[in-house]
Amino acid sequence: MSVVPAVMSAVAAKDLRMEARGRHAASSVMPFAVTMLLAFGFALGPDRPLLAQTAAGLLWLSATFAAVDLFHRAYRTESDDGALGGLLLAPGAAGGVYLGKAAAAAVQLWLLVVATGLLVALLFGLPVTHHPLLLLMVAAAGVVGLSAIGSLFGLLTVLGRRQAALPVLVLPLVSPVLIAAIRATQAAVSGDPGQAAGWLSVLAAFDAAFLALGYLVYGHLLED
Amino acid sequence: MNILDGAMVAMGTRRAQRVLALATLAALAATAVAGLYVVPPDVEQGDVQRLMYVHVPAAWLAFLSFGVVSLASLAYLRTGRIRWDRVAVASAEIGVLFCTLTIVLGSLWGRPVWGAWWTWDPRLTTTVVLLLVYVAYLSLRRVADSAARRAQWSAVVGVVGFVDVPIVHMSVVWWRSLHQEATVLRPGAPTMDTSMLATLLLGVLAFSLAYTYLMTVRLRVGRLEDHAAGTVMSRPAPRAGVPRRPGPVVVGGTVARTAGRAGGLDA
Repeated sequence: MSVVPAVMSAVAAKDLRMEARGRHAASSVMPFAVTMLLAFGFALGPDRPLLAQTAAGLLWLSATFAAVDLFHRAYRTESDDGALGGLLLAPGAAGGVYLGKAAAAAVQLWLLVVATGLLVALLFGLPVTHHPLLLLMVAAAGVVGLSAIGSLFGLLTVLGRRQAALPVLVLPLVSPVLIAAIRATQAAVSGDPGQAAGWLSVLAAFDAAFLALGYLVYGHLLED
Repeated sequence: MNILDGAMVAMGTRRAQRVLALATLAALAATAVAGLYVVPPDVEQGDVQRLMYVHVPAAWLAFLSFGVVSLASLAYLRTGRIRWDRVAVASAEIGVLFCTLTIVLGSLWGRPVWGAWWTWDPRLTTTVVLLLVYVAYLSLRRVADSAARRAQWSAVVGVVGFVDVPIVHMSVVWWRSLHQEATVLRPGAPTMDTSMLATLLLGVLAFSLAYTYLMTVRLRVGRLEDHAAGTVMSRPAPRAGVPRRPGPVVVGGTVARTAGRAGGLDA
């Protein structure tokens, strides 16, 4: 048990170091999110009030789709050269590896959501300046929920020869996180911090449930 | 556990399946007759309300099926016995069938009564998310490249999906209650006529029998599938110059034939 925090921080630090040096996510996941935002803009038209009304949803949708790509990518690096096998040979480490992968994904996604949020503020007129601290917390709670599910099932994309359809698996499961994150963001930007805080606590409860569940079952995905 | 084993064996025989099939047909026919001809039409909704006698049992069975999937998945993760995986996948397939039926029938009912094929009601939304989770469950089973892996992965999805469902439901309820647009009231049970309630219960019985029958058939298919896969896999791969079984002494003719076949395969 006591090895779990050590494994977690080692895995998370490794993933973040790789990203800091290679900038794989920054060079492909971020442009993907931005492209999607533009596509949403084209779909909805240049109607300013409509865009401002839907901006919170569009922000989280583009973050979620980009996140699915990120989860896949995070495990691709492990499957190269059989790195995953080495990682899992560490005794009793499965839960720690899961938490580490989730933590690294959450940090990257948080940066992605914050950057995309600023862009949404510029493009769609999302008023982010009312409660910036609350919004940053909502972003953090939202990305932890996404990472908890994504880092669990992202593993399935690299085990075996055929690749599991990650979006089909992840998107229905994260729908509660998506609903809570979008509502919290909308409440925060429309100047209702009480309601936003309520949704934030709901989101935190979801995060805890998904993380605990992922921690418990992760080892089973690795057994043959 | 022994009682359960005995029940599963008893249900798996051909005679038991024939009896179940006949009982299912009779109960479904009785539900159709009672629901369409015997019970009077609803005062407010008219004949449309008759859909309830199949819609509600379908919904009930869908939730039961997915409950069985999660319990069997949990049992598989704890014991590692492949039988639980067979129970889980059988129930998941039937659950997807009933869940689709529920949504289609509900939609047919909603169009004349609510004036819309679909509303973002918490129950409806949760049911669709549930359906998508188990469709993903079935699609994941096609991806796994070994039987053990398939069982492990789908058991994990079975457990996570089950925990996800109440969370989805809560999130949608809060989402709707904070943004109240249209409150939808379904026909309440307390005001139901006795003959209507009896027909509904008959429908539930018929659908439960259908579920049991389909389960026994699917479990038998699962056993046969595993048996077939097992026979193929346990056959040793032929190699040139190596006799098939290392243990017993093999007569010349057999060796020559084995070697010949192996040579043929290698060529």
